[in-house]
Amino acid sequence: MSTAFDPIAATCPAPLAETERVLLGHGSGGQLMAELLADLTPRLGGSALEDAAVVTTGTPEVVMSTDAFVITPRFFPGGDIGSLAVHGTVNDVAMMGARPVALSLAYIVEEGLPLEELRRVTASAATAARECGVRVVTGDTKVVGRGAADGLFVTTTGIGVRLPGARVSASHGRPGDVVLVSGPIGLHGVTILSTREGLGFETEIASDSRPLHRLVAAMIDAGGYGVHTLRDPTRGGLASALNELAAASGVGVELEEPAVPVPAQVAAACEILGLDPLHVANEGCLVAFVSPEKTDEVLAVMRALPEGSGARRIGQLVEDHPGRVVMRTLVGSTRVVDMLVGEQLPRIC
Amino acid sequence: MKYLDEYRDPVLARSLVDQIRAAATRPWSIMEVCGGQTHTIVRQGIDELIPVRMVHGPGCPVCVTPLEVIDRALAIAARPEVIFTSFGDMLRVPGSTSDLLSAKARGADVRVVYSPLDAVRLARTHPEREVVFFAVGFETTAPANAMAVIQAAAQRLTNFSMLVSHVLVPPAMVAIMESASVDAFLAAGHVCAVMGWTEYEPLAARYRTPIVVTGFEPLDLLEGILMAVRQLEEGRFEVTNQYARAVRRTGNTAAQDAMRRAFRVADQTWRGIGPIPASGLVLAPEFAAYDAVLRFGVDGVTATEHPGCIAGDILRGTRTPLECPSYGTACTPRRPLGAPMVSAEGTCAAYYSAGRTPSP
Repeated sequence: MSTAFDPIAATCPAPLAETERVLLGHGSGGQLMAELLADLTPRLGGSALEDAAVVTTGTPEVVMSTDAFVITPRFFPGGDIGSLAVHGTVNDVAMMGARPVALSLAYIVEEGLPLEELRRVTASAATAARECGVRVVTGDTKVVGRGAADGLFVTTTGIGVRLPGARVSASHGRPGDVVLVSGPIGLHGVTILSTREGLGFETEIASDSRPLHRLVAAMIDAGGYGVHTLRDPTRGGLASALNELAAASGVGVELEEPAVPVPAQVAAACEILGLDPLHVANEGCLVAFVSPEKTDEVLAVMRALPEGSGARRIGQLVEDHPGRVVMRTLVGSTRVVDMLVGEQLPRIC
Repeated sequence: MKYLDEYRDPVLARSLVDQIRAAATRPWSIMEVCGGQTHTIVRQGIDELIPVRMVHGPGCPVCVTPLEVIDRALAIAARPEVIFTSFGDMLRVPGSTSDLLSAKARGADVRVVYSPLDAVRLARTHPEREVVFFAVGFETTAPANAMAVIQAAAQRLTNFSMLVSHVLVPPAMVAIMESASVDAFLAAGHVCAVMGWTEYEPLAARYRTPIVVTGFEPLDLLEGILMAVRQLEEGRFEVTNQYARAVRRTGNTAAQDAMRRAFRVADQTWRGIGPIPASGLVLAPEFAAYDAVLRFGVDGVTATEHPGCIAGDILRGTRTPLECPSYGTACTPRRPLGAPMVSAEGTCAAYYSAGRTPSP
């Protein structure tokens, strides 16, 4: 019953011709998306774009960000597409060390959407904006034919004012900086997946969608210029965010696996589906690079706020392996933590 | 957390590493059969901590599904009346000219399901469509896939069918025992949860090779390795069970009954390895009406693999990804040349996602 070595059988197919169509994975916040943006952004005449940018150099500095929301389902435990749109944009502005001031809100509505649903989303967005202390100052509504959109798409643009004392940027991480995370990871992505797919996990789980600008203000207040880098790890998860920041800062990241806060429900769901919690989306936590001498003060003010109550150190920046994220594993070995490639694909067994 | 944290305890893990170091007097070669085990070993870096050569086995169902089956899946999925359902990690496996994700982008109705019974449900709720389920995997997925076709028959569904490419572990282990030098095996705990371990007992005796039924968490693997090393050091070759919390000697007999009802054992070609006698499952004659190959007339679709990667050597454990000239250069998870780079359970993908590179 032995199988002799057969060089023809023991080979793989030739590479596929590169697809010239957009795949769902191009929107998943990982390597595919990075390649797509590397293709598109030069056509805008500029360099790589961040989630938000400073648009004036005078005082105060004005920060601007834009985002689009196509989430399914539109209503999920912990929020809906309206509150998510507000929180997402508020957070992108906040991650530049800014106080969000005003938002635009635009809808692309598929013909046939129940009006009641549009009212609910709008009321939810309004409540979220009010709670953030941000005004919705302009908007737009377009209706497209059935099939031309999936129910409701929302786009937002946010502007904010840079906080005095803030000098955060993706490129400001320095060797020796401490890597902080504000709370448990993976809740949003697992909630959406289990709601969308009707997986019916028995444990209660809700998205972490919430605004982080107050947390950022407290961190800047306590840490000043010692707060080097802020990022909310949304699509692509903590792994993709840290890889992007490591590359932008030209530093290596060393993570401690036991320190990374993965809630029990997230760990269990990821275990069942074969996903990596480090690749799962978040909408209510941030990761920060903070100079070591400011870390204790920054951690203290973070933990004093509900949105930062689970804040903790998860690692540090090093000179070695610039642009790479390395994790010390539970058993004491090490591995590289890479970006998500395309879509997360649940495994067979 | 209950059932997970207990098996990821760093202190216990380091103690087991020390025990393996103390017990092993030679660099034994131990093959973990299952891709899930490979993934834990590589993610945790277990193989880099112990003086044992871990050889990664063929236990990735995505990797061993033949090219022509992928091509048949693509041909079926392209039909406008078809809803093609599959476990997620089959979608990116390259066929001869495309993969299912790209087919989806071109308009094919390809859907990820989490259970084959979801596909049966889809067939019931979409009587106007043909629902096809891609039934792949080892003995772990076979019982649920068997239940899908049994239920479809019980509900007299005429618009449900399965594209079956099932493989069995013991014949592959025999093929490896015949051709490769592996001192001991860690058998796949979940396969044994279904099948038990009686079929491994004659193999251990005939090939004088220890086989340890092993789980998937870091501590499971370390303990399984330690049990295998101790047998090797003491000159024993038994089947022992590390995964006692999930596996009984006789396995799950109800699941085995469902498999026997829906499937028949048949010769099977393993991608990258070649044909292995009596190593696969096909639909039993009474369920032939649910065979998607016959229903859609794709039995004429055949494919020949072209040179380009060393998947066969990888799957039989004779070479590691780091010895492949394409690994990490021409072949990445983004543009996989071969199936072991596709699935999270594939050895090449496990190496790549853990950032492993050839030593300079």
